[in-house]
Amino acid sequence: MSFMTWIDERFPATKVWNEHLAQYYAPKNFNFWYFFGSLAMLVLVNQIVTGIWLAMSYKPDATLAFASVEYIMRDVNWGWLIRYLHSTGASAFFVVIYLHMFRGLMYGSYRKPRELLWIIGMIIYVAMMATAFMGYLLPWGQMSYWGAQVIINLFAAIPVIGEDLSIWIRGDFVISDATLNRFFALHFLLPFILAALVFVHIVALHKVGSNNPDGIEIKKGPKGNKWSDTAPADGIPFHPYYSVKDIAGVIGFLILFLAVVFFMPEMGGYFLEPPNFEPANPLKTPEHIAPVWYFTPFYAILRAVPSFAGTQVWGVIAMGAAIAVLFFLPWLDKSPVKSIRYKGPIFKGMIAMFVVVFIILGYLGMLAPTPMGTLMSQICTILYFVFFLAMPIYSKMDKTKPVPERVTK
Amino acid sequence: MSSQGVDLKKRRMLITATAGLGAVGAGFALVPFLSYWQPSARAKALGAPETVDISKLEPGAMMTAKWRGKVCWVVRRTEETLKSLKEDTAHLLDPDSEVPQQPEYCKNYHRSIKPEYLIAVGICTHLGCSPSYRPEIGPADLGEDWKGGFFCVCHGSRFDLSARVYQGVPAPTNLVIPIHKYLSDTVVIIGEDDGGAA
Repeated sequence: MSFMTWIDERFPATKVWNEHLAQYYAPKNFNFWYFFGSLAMLVLVNQIVTGIWLAMSYKPDATLAFASVEYIMRDVNWGWLIRYLHSTGASAFFVVIYLHMFRGLMYGSYRKPRELLWIIGMIIYVAMMATAFMGYLLPWGQMSYWGAQVIINLFAAIPVIGEDLSIWIRGDFVISDATLNRFFALHFLLPFILAALVFVHIVALHKVGSNNPDGIEIKKGPKGNKWSDTAPADGIPFHPYYSVKDIAGVIGFLILFLAVVFFMPEMGGYFLEPPNFEPANPLKTPEHIAPVWYFTPFYAILRAVPSFAGTQVWGVIAMGAAIAVLFFLPWLDKSPVKSIRYKGPIFKGMIAMFVVVFIILGYLGMLAPTPMGTLMSQICTILYFVFFLAMPIYSKMDKTKPVPERVTK
Repeated sequence: MSSQGVDLKKRRMLITATAGLGAVGAGFALVPFLSYWQPSARAKALGAPETVDISKLEPGAMMTAKWRGKVCWVVRRTEETLKSLKEDTAHLLDPDSEVPQQPEYCKNYHRSIKPEYLIAVGICTHLGCSPSYRPEIGPADLGEDWKGGFFCVCHGSRFDLSARVYQGVPAPTNLVIPIHKYLSDTVVIIGEDDGGAA
């Protein structure tokens, strides 16, 4: 009896390997947009490993936190590398996730039967945002402190319960040691929840099968390929074909990622903001507060909505809705085809507009507010919602091209 | 196992009752975990009412106190200021303090117990920055119409010397007036009034 047989009788190692890698048939026409899922997993692993190492030297205490980060940077062997891998990794995580989501948007990867797959992905995105927000408080710099102050005050804007809710989140009447300590605990916990959600995301993916740039269901097409008579004709085994392809993606990604880590870890103030090199001071607000770049589109939406009726909850609602509307995407798209390749000019125009609007919002969210900037954010906020809320109408009336029977190159 | 002679209705009732009681128990078990997040006894003690001696405050001057880690301003206003606060209200969003941002006894044009002294939490109602005290009249950067007040450098919100918000600025409401009471003519306690401590 071989060793593997002994194992397999007690644990389904070979079965799992085959089902998810060696005999998982993915469409043969994946392009470079399909790198970003595996890259996101790589970055998650990077964040967990470097994060645990940082936690070995970091002190989650309001009087010690700032100095402990500087201690890691200056005195701990390779501390600067571990810390920059972690801080750059946070931005890289959002870069690959935004591209991963955009891939889904282009090729209709959220459409039936992948609605739940998309929703699980959205839950991962929200959990990621919470993780990033809590992690940003930990260096206890000026931007950490006042950024958290602004974001927690969003909860205080909720009518009736808001004030008590924000005190409960902070554990104090202002952001303090109690807040820092609990954010550290939660920032440590959340990545493991993320890893579990990624597992669920992949289980869901392997149940329905991967979409592809043509948006064709290979499981519904002809059967029989070089490896199996029952597998889809347009499928190839994930391992070794895509595992090797993904390694090529990893190499390309690491070249860019490490270039940032080594040569511009602050990224001109976008990845690490200048006010954060000053310790938190509860009595002095920095001249201008802006979140890190990956939150700025939503921050611009928050600021675009004026307060009225004695409350600023409307901006908070708009910001929440901007994220919530993404959950409903599978039911907003009524086009008869999935992929942008076969969609008509209206959808192509709308998706181009959406990209431009999202980037403009992201840019405006970094700037100090001006009347002109506010007006532009208001226009872009409306267009942002038009893209989603008008989708049931324009996706239906758009002129589509016929979808081929088999996947193309 | 035979299902004969089984009272399915009774079984369903028992399952529902057990699950229901379990849910109630889980709810109770959640209380310590949620309550743990509330401010601790130490945080509450540090947030205890703050006594401030205002005897040395000149007319037109401001002093700051710290209550619950928040900046509190004490401003002594002049007669002219009070006159303009009473009469000049057209540019204000909520001149009569209709939004409950103050205790009932401060719902007046001077938003305080004694007209002369203003006590306010110095945190902008927009997104929590701390506005600066700008008592001068018509300075170059704030314009001819500025009659003295508080200006938030973060997002440009303006407040008058009763901490009432201007129209058309990001802040939605007047600044918060904390509960307070006078222990003597020159000593005030912030965070406590005749209704007890906050």
